Amino acid sequence: MQRNSNRPLVVKIEKIIEETPTVRTLVFSDEIFSSVLPGQFAMVWIPGVNELPMSVMITLEKGKGAFTVRKHGLASTELYNLKVGDYIGMRGPYGNSFTIKQGKLLLVGGGTGLVPLVRLLTFLKKTDEVTILIGAKTKEEVFFEKLANQLLENNKHQVIVVTEDGTYGKSGLVTEEMEKLLYEKKFDAIYTCGPEKMMHKVVQLAHTKKLHVQASLERMMKCGMGICGSCCMGEVLVCKDGTVFDGEYLLSNKEFGFTHRNKAGILENY
Amino acid sequence: MKPDISTKVGPIELERPTMLASGILGISLEVFSRLYKDGAGALVTKSLSKEPWDGYPNPTIIGVKAGYLNAIGLSNPGAQYFAKMIESNKTVPIIVSLVGSIEEDFTFMIKQFENVKILGYELNLSCPHVEKVGLEVGDDPNLVRKIVKSIKSHSKVPIIAKVGLGSSDYLETVRAACESGIDAITAINTVRAMGIDVETTRPLLSNKIGGLSGSAIKPIAVRCVYEISSKFDIPIIGCGGVSNWEDAVEFILAGASAVQIGSAIGEKWTDIFSEINNGISKYMEKKGFSNINEMIGIAKKF
Ligand SMILES: Cc1cc2nc3c(=O)[nH]c(=O)nc-3n(C[C@H](O)[C@H](O)[C@H](O)COP(=O)(O)OP(=O)(O)OC[C@H]3O[C@@H](n4cnc5c(N)ncnc54)[C@H](O)[C@@H]3O)c2cc1C
Ligand SMILES: Cc1cc2nc3c(=O)[nH]c(=O)nc-3n(C[C@H](O)[C@H](O)[C@H](O)COP(=O)(O)O)c2cc1C
Ligand code: FES
Repeated sequence: MQRNSNRPLVVKIEKIIEETPTVRTLVFSDEIFSSVLPGQFAMVWIPGVNELPMSVMITLEKGKGAFTVRKHGLASTELYNLKVGDYIGMRGPYGNSFTIKQGKLLLVGGGTGLVPLVRLLTFLKKTDEVTILIGAKTKEEVFFEKLANQLLENNKHQVIVVTEDGTYGKSGLVTEEMEKLLYEKKFDAIYTCGPEKMMHKVVQLAHTKKLHVQASLERMMKCGMGICGSCCMGEVLVCKDGTVFDGEYLLSNKEFGFTHRNKAGILENY
Repeated sequence: MKPDISTKVGPIELERPTMLASGILGISLEVFSRLYKDGAGALVTKSLSKEPWDGYPNPTIIGVKAGYLNAIGLSNPGAQYFAKMIESNKTVPIIVSLVGSIEEDFTFMIKQFENVKILGYELNLSCPHVEKVGLEVGDDPNLVRKIVKSIKSHSKVPIIAKVGLGSSDYLETVRAACESGIDAITAINTVRAMGIDVETTRPLLSNKIGGLSGSAIKPIAVRCVYEISSKFDIPIIGCGGVSNWEDAVEFILAGASAVQIGSAIGEKWTDIFSEINNGISKYMEKKGFSNINEMIGIAKKF
């Protein structure tokens, strides 16, 4: 029987990986969700609680999918607190994906925004030269550094961690480090996902150097499939036209970097 | 000569017969402009209430066989905020959908749009999953009479009533609206329905019960349009499961002057409007119809 991708597919959590004191990766078995495109997401049902959009995380095992969740408000905390053997449901995969370029690539991510970037790494060619900038507030919030190095083993690569308080790696904002890199090196493409203010800066920096840049965005999502309208940003629907957009388009959209809509559809500032 | 696909829904003139249904993508003026450019003849907003509403927690919409179940809970930014958001509108044919439970709710909301360019209002008398509004109003013909009369006396633009299948005879709601001076009827809203996940044994929607939309309800909606058009002399907008030009034509033949498209946008995206407009046009050419009016309700002659 053909599966209806818009109805929650319910699976059991098989494994939980502690990434940081507030971030966990939940692993489950499913062929379709094990092989989605970089940038695609699922609507994840936490039975009895809520349903949240989540980027689909990679695993190193065949036939397995995962979500990496940071505990934040009520719903994400309930998801974070689930145990091995508990059920989650998922609809999708939804959304478009990053356009994969070749050559010298720069990836800039922060927090769970690293999830689609890590998946992107698995789509790159061995000949690509990859630099990945990982931003975090402080040392204990850094994750995926080892995984990124492992995935890029066979590439010429550099994984640079930047913490705001300087407790690990370089000190400062990840975008300050990016600015320095842009002076030293040439890049063929830049990809970013993370807090919107960070992505806005990344896109602006890339734009001044006329570099190809794409960002994967977040907005309030209810349906995830281009019906309800809650994820609108100007004239685009982030769940369907995105979540990945070209930097050039984003700079022409007056909401990018500044405003998003709440559950009622009222614009709020970032 | 190319057939003319413009249409009239009573006093409302549309360049094209395909409208955006309420609650679908209808949240910003920029999205409306885009859909208008993409071929929609008019755009119905999300149903607005007096105060902003967050709606129900997710899951609020899921797919089922041949359609969708939703219980969004009428999330909307409120009439006042929405009116401000679209006040710069000059060219886009917007119909404002309103939901409320008493006359005063509606008069307050209409006041907000006094100086905004809109084509008309659509009263949502048929939301199947929110208490005290929608169907609960639609199921009470006396309340419908009071509300429609009051809005008619305050509004400068035409008023459409959107009906659905509630617990009383929907044709009585139509009758009450017609007798109170309504300009047109939209039929139908979603149909009360639910889904349960067998693995967790839980209802799928957070509100448990929601409304069914999409292809699954099209034959029901066609029947309602046919019934209303057979019993009342009132312009009708057909809604429910339109996903291609044949569906649209079917509604017109049953008695609709225009159609609204909702769920199918999720699959065909915004190209759906021009695809259906072109399909209707080709059908008219083939069949020798020169305008939409010649086709409205002709299935009734059999
Ligand atoms: C495409 C996409 C991919 C995402 N991927 C991940 C991921 O891989 N890992 C991860 O931890 N988080 C991810 N998020 C964010 C996640 O969906 C939640 O926003 C976040 O976990 C907070 O939810 P909460 O309900 O716990 O917080 P709350 O305290 O209830 O809300 C805090 C804020 O979270 C946002 N939010 C809440 N509900 C939603 C919703 N339904 N849709 C969008 N934003 C919402 C709003 O901005 C809200 O103000 C993603 C979001 C999107 C849109
Ligand atoms: C997610 C969603 C939200 C809706 N919100 C509203 C609403 O706010 N007001 C309303 O009158 N109808 C609402 N509807 C009903 C639609 O306007 C339409 O009547 C129904 O979906 C049938 O048409 P369709 O099969 O083309 O979707 C909603 C439907 C969906 C799927
Ligand atoms: S989340 Fe519903 S349209 Fe994007």
